[in-house]
Amino acid sequence: MSDAKERKITAPAVNPETEHFWDAAAQGKLLYKKCTACGEPHFYPRTHCPFCFSDKTEWQEASGRGTVYTYSVMRRAPVPYCIAYVTLAEGPTMMTNIVDCDLDKVQIGQAVRLVFKPTDGGPPVPMFTPA
Amino acid sequence: MSIRDKAYIVGIYEHPTRLATDKTVPQLHAEVLAGALADSGLSKDDIDGYFCASGDTPGLGPLSMIDYLGLKLKHMDSTDVGGTSYIHQVNHAAMAIALGKCSVALITLAGRPRAEGMATGTAPRPPAVPMPESGFEFPYAPATANMYAMAAMRHMHQYGTTSEQLAWVKVAASHHAQHNPHAMLRDVVTVEEVVNSPMIADPLHRLDCCVISDGGGALILAKPEIAKSLKRPPVKIRGAAEASKNQMGGKVDLTYSGALWSGPRAFEEAGVKPADIKYASIYDSFTITVVMQLEDLGFCEKGQGGRFVSDGNLISGTGKLPFNTDGGGLCNNHPSNRGGITKVIEAVRQLRGEAHPAVQVKNCDLALAHGTGGSLGTRHGSSTVILERE
Repeated sequence: MSDAKERKITAPAVNPETEHFWDAAAQGKLLYKKCTACGEPHFYPRTHCPFCFSDKTEWQEASGRGTVYTYSVMRRAPVPYCIAYVTLAEGPTMMTNIVDCDLDKVQIGQAVRLVFKPTDGGPPVPMFTPA
Repeated sequence: MSIRDKAYIVGIYEHPTRLATDKTVPQLHAEVLAGALADSGLSKDDIDGYFCASGDTPGLGPLSMIDYLGLKLKHMDSTDVGGTSYIHQVNHAAMAIALGKCSVALITLAGRPRAEGMATGTAPRPPAVPMPESGFEFPYAPATANMYAMAAMRHMHQYGTTSEQLAWVKVAASHHAQHNPHAMLRDVVTVEEVVNSPMIADPLHRLDCCVISDGGGALILAKPEIAKSLKRPPVKIRGAAEASKNQMGGKVDLTYSGALWSGPRAFEEAGVKPADIKYASIYDSFTITVVMQLEDLGFCEKGQGGRFVSDGNLISGTGKLPFNTDGGGLCNNHPSNRGGITKVIEAVRQLRGEAHPAVQVKNCDLALAHGTGGSLGTRHGSSTVILERE
């Protein structure tokens, strides 16, 4: 299947707060943030922990393993695509696309692994495919 | 301090247009204001508070509309939490009146997405100014329909909710809409027709989605002394509350909405229970929205919403909880992609005894209006108001 190749993927907005995340993405690494004050991981990454509001947040590299929390295949689009929330092995749940598979067979609870897909003029973005 | 019994809804108006090709958005705001003034018996000079949502009013916050309409104000507020903003603003207007910041408060909504040919629910709509989450969401093409669909998918997985159960929400709305001459969709539909309509974003079909329409509406609230001097049946605010829910830093849980928080606070302020409510206006952007909100508001247990809405339980005259007797967003109207104001308007019609006779709830003295604005799948505002006929 080649849905991600055919669908033009919007380039992510890169800013000083997320530059490091996208630099790592260009090297094939998925990062998330962990707070050293309260120990909670969070996503999407930000400077201040959304739980305890400490600014002692550190970048961590995710293993790239996760499970599908929920998903939906958008049928009313030039190329149908699958949007999803994937819960990372490290805890946080992130919005993503499920790609390179039969979209009719995606399931909640399914194990998935990280892949990166090129965007329209920006850094590659993390997506997932069945493990 | 409470807003209970401190403010009344004294004027309502729903614009009859559903396709406003020949009108501007400010003009629609003016027309709904004129309609609500005529309904209330007040004049424009009586208005000293204006409440709108920055997302549908042209200009910087409320400023251009205040200028265009020629309002002279003591208080203003343009809080925008999506389609439920106008239910939110009933709370804010009642608070301002209760505190004496203003005496007569106007709320307006207008828009023309249909005339403009917007792909409202199926195309991503990134804002001009990036949001903190933009880079982590827009590459994945979140639209409106697939965000609500992800909540529906999880609800089905976790609670066994079925497409047929969701379809009953649309079926009930269509039973009501057949009596509304202004409704966009007036044909009564069956469960089979809903589940056999084209899939938009799994598991939501075309008939699980609300209409795209132009138009708008207005509400006028007033302090008790003014309300009691007017000829319309007085409808008072007994309680109101608001909340917002989001991805919670990655602890995503799409099985409930902010109604879980706004609902109990509104009921507490009003001093009533869900079982006391005779009529409910429930924001119906999609069928799943109704099911989740009914659960979160306490009309049934969590996870039982699908069963609760089945077999016509939301149909006026036969069901236990008559809802959206104007046909709601699913059949009647969703002006400017925002259904909050029509929810309050139909609740007031019910309390006044002015709903269509075929859908009027008998002895309707206590009603609820609740909305979800933004997206169930990412972040949304929730607003609950409880209204009483005096």
